[in-house]
Amino acid sequence: MARTIVITSGKGGVGKTTTSASFAMGLAKNGHKTAVIDFDVGLRNLDLILGCERRVVYDFVNVINQEANLNQALIRDKRCDNLYVLPASQTRDKDALTQEGVGKVIDELREDFDYIICDSPAGIERGAMLAMYYADDAIIVTNPEVSSVRDSDRMLGILASKSRRSEQNEEPISEYLLLTRYDPARVKRGDMLSVEDVQEILSMDLLGVIPESQDILNASNSGDPVILMEKTNAAQAYRDVVERYLGEEIPQRFINQKGFLGRLFGG
Amino acid sequence: MRLLDFFRTRRASSASVAKERLQILVAHEHAHRKRTPSYLPLLQKELLAVISKYVKINPDDMKVSLEQNEHEEILELNIVLPEESPKKARKTN
Repeated sequence: MARTIVITSGKGGVGKTTTSASFAMGLAKNGHKTAVIDFDVGLRNLDLILGCERRVVYDFVNVINQEANLNQALIRDKRCDNLYVLPASQTRDKDALTQEGVGKVIDELREDFDYIICDSPAGIERGAMLAMYYADDAIIVTNPEVSSVRDSDRMLGILASKSRRSEQNEEPISEYLLLTRYDPARVKRGDMLSVEDVQEILSMDLLGVIPESQDILNASNSGDPVILMEKTNAAQAYRDVVERYLGEEIPQRFINQKGFLGRLFGG
Repeated sequence: MRLLDFFRTRRASSASVAKERLQILVAHEHAHRKRTPSYLPLLQKELLAVISKYVKINPDDMKVSLEQNEHEEILELNIVLPEESPKKARKTN
């Protein structure tokens, strides 16, 4: 049975697309056939983060408008055969996505894929609402910072009332907290909200913590999802996240400040 | 030493201030989020049963609603009585 997962946050710039790219690649590398959809119509970027920007021919809106079929629009990743990308369109038409059209595309993907990852745009406009509407699970990407935490809480309220599952009185969407750009040293100094603080405020299950890392910028520069930069902390953190999502019990890492030796030899 | 301690405690507080502000905010926003309490349909059913003992009314002529604003909650019960006594009973709580 396929599962649809939305990566959302409310606030922009917290790491939704970075997470979508690495999470989707991680699932695919674990042997699951995975499709990742960019819902940010007008401002597509997932293609760039995954390094397939020059292979975009048709997009999500073309498929909805039946100007292309799904197989024509899906881009197969060159590094992993199990991963497919459905890019967003660059149209400025805000109404390009329709609930019915998105539903049809997701239904068609569900027949063929194990996981469908919906990369939500920031905000609570149509693209963001539709990215979450058909979700079974939601990963709430949050930075340990006041505006991000507040927006995450707001998204939890919307997930609970404006999704297909809530409207049809089905079991609610499972919500997972992913804390990104975490800096244990600043937490220790009392300058940054801790994992426990954010969990307590949002009362959510923690899926993982991604440490603040220079490698994320390097990864996006080269168009490789950071999970493929195997030796880096960020990649290890994302791999843990994928395995935890798949049901493995993996202890949390990267939430404590590194010791002297760790700092000397670590990335 | 004392000067150092002063700076330390001040520094340590910024995250805890953030936490406190967020907790207040989140609690406040959650209170606003709750719209229809789950007891409302049952309340309406039981009220209808009691009123029907004395007056014959159409179930559609009874409305129970709960409104919330910043300072108070208003439970409104609106019953339209049948033709022979065309009065409107209205109770506000």
